Amino acid sequence: MYVNHKRIAFETIVIKEVRRFSRIWVQTLVPPAITIALYFVIFGNLVGRRVGEMGGFQYMEFIVPGLIMMSVIQNSYSNVVSSFFSQKFQRSIEELLVSPVPNYVILTGFVVGGMARGLSVGAIVTTLSLFFADIQIAHPVITLAVILLTSVVFSLAGFINAVFADSFDDISIVPTFVLTPLIYLGGVFYSTQMLPPFWQTVSALNPIFYMVNTFRYGFLGSSDVDVIWAFILLGTFAVSLYVGCIWLLRHGTGIRF
Amino acid sequence: MPGLLFLAFCSGTHGFQTSFAIHQALAPYCRRPYMRDEPAKTENRMKIAISIKDLRKTYENGFEALKGICLEVEQGDFFALLGPNGAGKSTTIGVISTLVNRSSGEVEVFGRNVDNHVYVTKLDLGVVPQEINFNLFERVEDIVITQAGYYGLPRPLAQERSDKYLQQLGLWDKRKDRSRSLSGGMKRRLMIARALVHEPRLLILDEPTAGVDIELRRSMWDFLIELNRQGTTIILTTHYLEEAEQLCRNIAIIDNGAIVENTSMKSLLAEVDSQVFVLDISKSDLKKAVLCLEKFNARSLDDHSIEVTVKRADGINAVFVQLDKVGVVVIGMRNKTNRLEQLFINKLATDK
Ligand SMILES: Nc1ncnc2c1ncn2[C@@H]1O[C@H](COP(=O)(O)OP(=O)(O)OP(=O)(O)O)[C@@H](O)[C@H]1O
Ligand SMILES: [Mg+2]
Repeated sequence: MYVNHKRIAFETIVIKEVRRFSRIWVQTLVPPAITIALYFVIFGNLVGRRVGEMGGFQYMEFIVPGLIMMSVIQNSYSNVVSSFFSQKFQRSIEELLVSPVPNYVILTGFVVGGMARGLSVGAIVTTLSLFFADIQIAHPVITLAVILLTSVVFSLAGFINAVFADSFDDISIVPTFVLTPLIYLGGVFYSTQMLPPFWQTVSALNPIFYMVNTFRYGFLGSSDVDVIWAFILLGTFAVSLYVGCIWLLRHGTGIRF
Repeated sequence: MPGLLFLAFCSGTHGFQTSFAIHQALAPYCRRPYMRDEPAKTENRMKIAISIKDLRKTYENGFEALKGICLEVEQGDFFALLGPNGAGKSTTIGVISTLVNRSSGEVEVFGRNVDNHVYVTKLDLGVVPQEINFNLFERVEDIVITQAGYYGLPRPLAQERSDKYLQQLGLWDKRKDRSRSLSGGMKRRLMIARALVHEPRLLILDEPTAGVDIELRRSMWDFLIELNRQGTTIILTTHYLEEAEQLCRNIAIIDNGAIVENTSMKSLLAEVDSQVFVLDISKSDLKKAVLCLEKFNARSLDDHSIEVTVKRADGINAVFVQLDKVGVVVIGMRNKTNRLEQLFINKLATDK
């Protein structure tokens, strides 16, 4: 395929994805914003005042990066999983499969679509957080890099979920039973240093723990984890998920009979 | 000096025209730019639009849907793929369009192997599937334009093609509507417009006229005939044998995952050695008519019509001559069944 053709195909996929979630913005952009705003009010403001300090910072300052991260993870994931699965379900994915678009262009298109939604919600939540806390970013580059990588990783994860899903139930099982617990136990609301040593070790097995803490490091300049190690981990995840997705597409798992 | 410049200009244009003329003259022999990666093929191979060799497909549940299909369709042909429900027509089309992974066998599109030349073969191919497979929440026009984008068409060209085909297929007024609001026949036409947006050389239609009313079906036929006349090779599956007879030059019948007949429509029809006609006759003439047409196995169907079987060699005129002799007037006449239908049923029966 000519480079130019690939670019046009890629843009077409991305535009289609963005159009999809912005068309149904009441379902895709508003609910996460409301949920996170409630977290800000309840945990940050009401409960937070009682909590006082966490990890050396005001509780509100402490949870803002975690909540932004949570919204980016959930929305990147759910955009790709619901978009790809519904195209599979309606069989409109065949439009892409019969056309000469290479697999990596298809995958990258969906991932960028997921990132667009994840980061849009992230931006909305960040803006909302300004009403509740005084936000400063200690390391802008790290902050940006970690949020982008995280968004890539969870878009890819959403893609894999969609490929294997056979029903609408299958696309809500993983977010409910895997993603949400991992996020909640990943140190969004507390510092793992508060935990007994055993649970600290368990937390270290949770990839989201590294993402949340590295992101928090970007904001506050202090973290529970080694930032370099976190980036290596994130990069490895992104690359291996990408390769895995390409393999699934090539084999036509779940999409070609 | 200006004269010299003028001369130079003239010779320049002349040179351009000459080279343009040569280019044009050679054009039929020049390969299209994207074929550069192709090894040289004989003329003959390029005349074949699609070639399928020993194609087999066993689905994951163990069902063997295709049992070694061999098929060739010539460039420019209008080809019918017929067969009963579950014969394997859609599976074959699925393999060609890469939606179904084949178990073994080979598929070539315009002389190029589909595995080694994915991009070019997909560009050459347009598919209208049997089942509706577009997003029901999208607008008609967006569906076509998005498909054009997947084929790498720049936006202005995509818009132009979308306008062209939506107009030709009578969907112009609906272009801004959500596709879910279209009627069944309109949805089929939308899928045809979508398949044509990149102007493929080979168009495959899987039951395009299922559930389409008679008038519309005929206008769809005209559309396809014109498309074929302009050079597009067309393969069509259908359960309306009349449709195959009207449109197609060549035909293959597939049953139980195997080809049971592959021939030209002409020679297939030549196999039909007798036809059954129904004649409408006034009540009072009925007995007389049956008697005088004994030779044609005449029998009355009700009190105003009789059925006769006419051999090809005799011709229907012989019937009229007989009736004329005894003064019976024929009020109306029709074929009992489509002549292809009987043949089709016979073929499948002998296959079993
Ligand atoms: N995904 C699948 N898994 C298992 N079996 C399948 C699958 N798709 C089709 N089949 C089987 O393969 C056979 C051929 O199906 P196919 O759809 O190719 O038939 P067809 O000739 O197009 O029939 P129709 O005229 O009804 O459209 C059928 O017996 C069908 O049940
Ligand atoms: Mg079929």
